[in-house]
Amino acid sequence: MAGQLLKETLLKIDHLRKAYGDTVVLKDISLTVHKGEVIVVIGPSGCGKSTLLRCINGLEPIQGGSITLQDKPIDGQSKDIAQIRQKLGMVFQNYELFPHKTVLQNIMLAPLKVQKRDKEEVRQMAEQWLERVGLLDKKDSYPRQLSGGQKQRVAIVRALCMEPEIMLFDEVTAALDPEMVREVLDVILALAKAGRTMVIVTHEMSFARAVADRVLFLDGGEIVEEALPEVFFDHPSTDRAKKFLSTFTYDAVRHHDVPQNY
Amino acid sequence: MLLATLLGLAAAFVQYFKIPVLRQIVKVYIELFRNTPLLIQLFFLYFGLPRVLGISPSPELCGVIGLGLLGGSYMAEAFRSGLEAVDNVQTESALSLGMTRPQALRYVIFPQAAAISMPAFVANIIFLLKETSVFSAISLMDLMFTAKDLIGMYSKTVECLAMLVVFYLIILLPVSILGSVVERRLRRGSFGD
Repeated sequence: MAGQLLKETLLKIDHLRKAYGDTVVLKDISLTVHKGEVIVVIGPSGCGKSTLLRCINGLEPIQGGSITLQDKPIDGQSKDIAQIRQKLGMVFQNYELFPHKTVLQNIMLAPLKVQKRDKEEVRQMAEQWLERVGLLDKKDSYPRQLSGGQKQRVAIVRALCMEPEIMLFDEVTAALDPEMVREVLDVILALAKAGRTMVIVTHEMSFARAVADRVLFLDGGEIVEEALPEVFFDHPSTDRAKKFLSTFTYDAVRHHDVPQNY
Repeated sequence: MLLATLLGLAAAFVQYFKIPVLRQIVKVYIELFRNTPLLIQLFFLYFGLPRVLGISPSPELCGVIGLGLLGGSYMAEAFRSGLEAVDNVQTESALSLGMTRPQALRYVIFPQAAAISMPAFVANIIFLLKETSVFSAISLMDLMFTAKDLIGMYSKTVECLAMLVVFYLIILLPVSILGSVVERRLRRGSFGD
């Protein structure tokens, strides 16, 4: 932990408050993300996890507090928001690839049009990443020709090719069949190993445990618990976290020693 | 046709971006022209305007304006439905890649909306071409007018009417076929199927 204090602070959320009309979604969120850290956000549905990511990306106006990336405020209305968003790679639950463009066009569009980078350089980078996630042979396919897991890997590559400082993952496996979850999570695990800074919202508990440096448990729009993964999953300190974690385990109901006259 | 397309595009954008005031005006315009017959609109332009405003546009101009206004209202609906069919998250996805709003519209939303609007667009073009048949009512020399003329001269009603049908087919079938070819190519180019 002492080593982390020396690391550069990338993202700083300070007393963030987000409400839709009278409904408060995020109450008082403060969070600091250092370079190279992997933060996993978990919590029951409707607790504000996804909203938190959307706020970080400036897709939602906030009602109080502040979010800064490398000391620059993130504000969806400001002029340089597009500039800041280039440093935030967002991956959505439903992939959101552009259906009218091939895999390679999807990946290269923003680096070429937004960052005005050299076409050959971007193509090489894109192909390298596609190779790493095992999809180089799909580079000229259209999104509709890919499986969900393949689409999500393309979406991750698309975000990576913008060379972001932080990757944001919003329940990226929630829409996938179980066997495709693995291929996507393996990509994210590899990114974590390579030292990428990430904020991950997920419902995959064993994955969360494996990938996280810190786990954030969100409930009712506030951070209920913030801990190392081992501590959180083995010895959650709050009742709310215990109750939430228990929803992922099942007690057997068909024991053979159940009395016959039951 | 061009006037109709341009008017339609403008009206669709106003609605899509929910521009205040203009939006209400566009709404009234669309409902007014979609729900009144072209014949009445032409009469109003040709016979009404000279009385009301003291200007008398030529029959040709009346035809173009009338058809343009009517077409615009239909095109507006076609384009608007295309724009609205593109999921809002697509915009967010583009924004999250650092695109500005105009960039997101240009590279992500419009191409998809255009492909979706295409069938309705082609149908409207054909519909507008057919609607020219009422032009004879304001003494414009359209096919119908010519046919009536011929009937009057040679009194061969059936032959002339058959000719008329054939001529409309000659004009419209290619448009129709061209339309479906463009439609298919656009879809393939857009979505890869």
